[in-house]
Amino acid sequence: MRWFWLDRFTEFVTGSHATAVKCVSMSEDHLAEHMPAYPIMPHSLVAEGMAQCGGLLVSEIYKFSELVVLAKFSRCGFEGHARPGDTICYRAALEQAKDVGASVQVKGEIAGRPFSEAEIFFARFDPESTEATRGRVLFNPNDLRAWLIAVGVFQVGVRPDGSRMRLEEYPHICPIPK
Amino acid sequence: MSTVASKSEIFSKVQEALVDALGVDEEEVTPQATLQGDLGAESIDFLDIVFRLEKAFGIKIERGELFPEDILTSTDYVEEGKVNSAGLAKLKERMPFADLSRFAADPNVQNLAKQLTVQDMCNFVEHKLAA
Repeated sequence: MRWFWLDRFTEFVTGSHATAVKCVSMSEDHLAEHMPAYPIMPHSLVAEGMAQCGGLLVSEIYKFSELVVLAKFSRCGFEGHARPGDTICYRAALEQAKDVGASVQVKGEIAGRPFSEAEIFFARFDPESTEATRGRVLFNPNDLRAWLIAVGVFQVGVRPDGSRMRLEEYPHICPIPK
Repeated sequence: MSTVASKSEIFSKVQEALVDALGVDEEEVTPQATLQGDLGAESIDFLDIVFRLEKAFGIKIERGELFPEDILTSTDYVEEGKVNSAGLAKLKERMPFADLSRFAADPNVQNLAKQLTVQDMCNFVEHKLAA
């Protein structure tokens, strides 16, 4: 199973907030395997979608030089279900950040109705890692770059002053050729 | 944040932060309750607690200020899993808000986090607000 629980970012403002959509489709395996007679998206996967939305926002604070670790859901709740044909719209807002981790608030809506809500903590794997060792343990920078591009982070991403996010400003995922 | 916050105001905000961070009942958060032993706090919860205290009291808590992990991992201050006398002196200097007498009796590194109480957190906030 592909572990991508967001289809596309629709807004990404560094250090502030991000919105993303997830279109629920009958062709996804989990809908057949969870409750075959009643296809709904498992809430655990919705939680993962909220974590991916907030996690990439947090990872950007650290220049995408490492993948942050989902450490804790302080709060997580749902109202109703997401069914095939639904589009979940997530909005993640950065609450607080430090060198060791950060917290985000994420809400999900379906057609304007509240659907999910969470407060999520992310920890840095090793805040004291060096440029040479950073991130290597958990992920391949090329995979992260491909993911960010595929979900449109650099298409919609801006800084708080409105200037565009540029891939080449993130050397860990976009090495400058020597 | 007013600098004249009373002890009961501080306790009530610390209590609220711990209830939200640890998912415990308000009645469980007594001054004597230990964060790890009685309230089940794990290491990541300390970051959550720090964030909530910063927000509730309008203070800034630097890394290692509430819990000086740098001392507990230093070979200058720890010998065979126990904090030595220089380490204890350093801890007392860095943690004037905490009652370290119980820890000093058995200064096993693991014991410090286990013995941190809700009252220690309140003292820490009071100490920060007075600074």
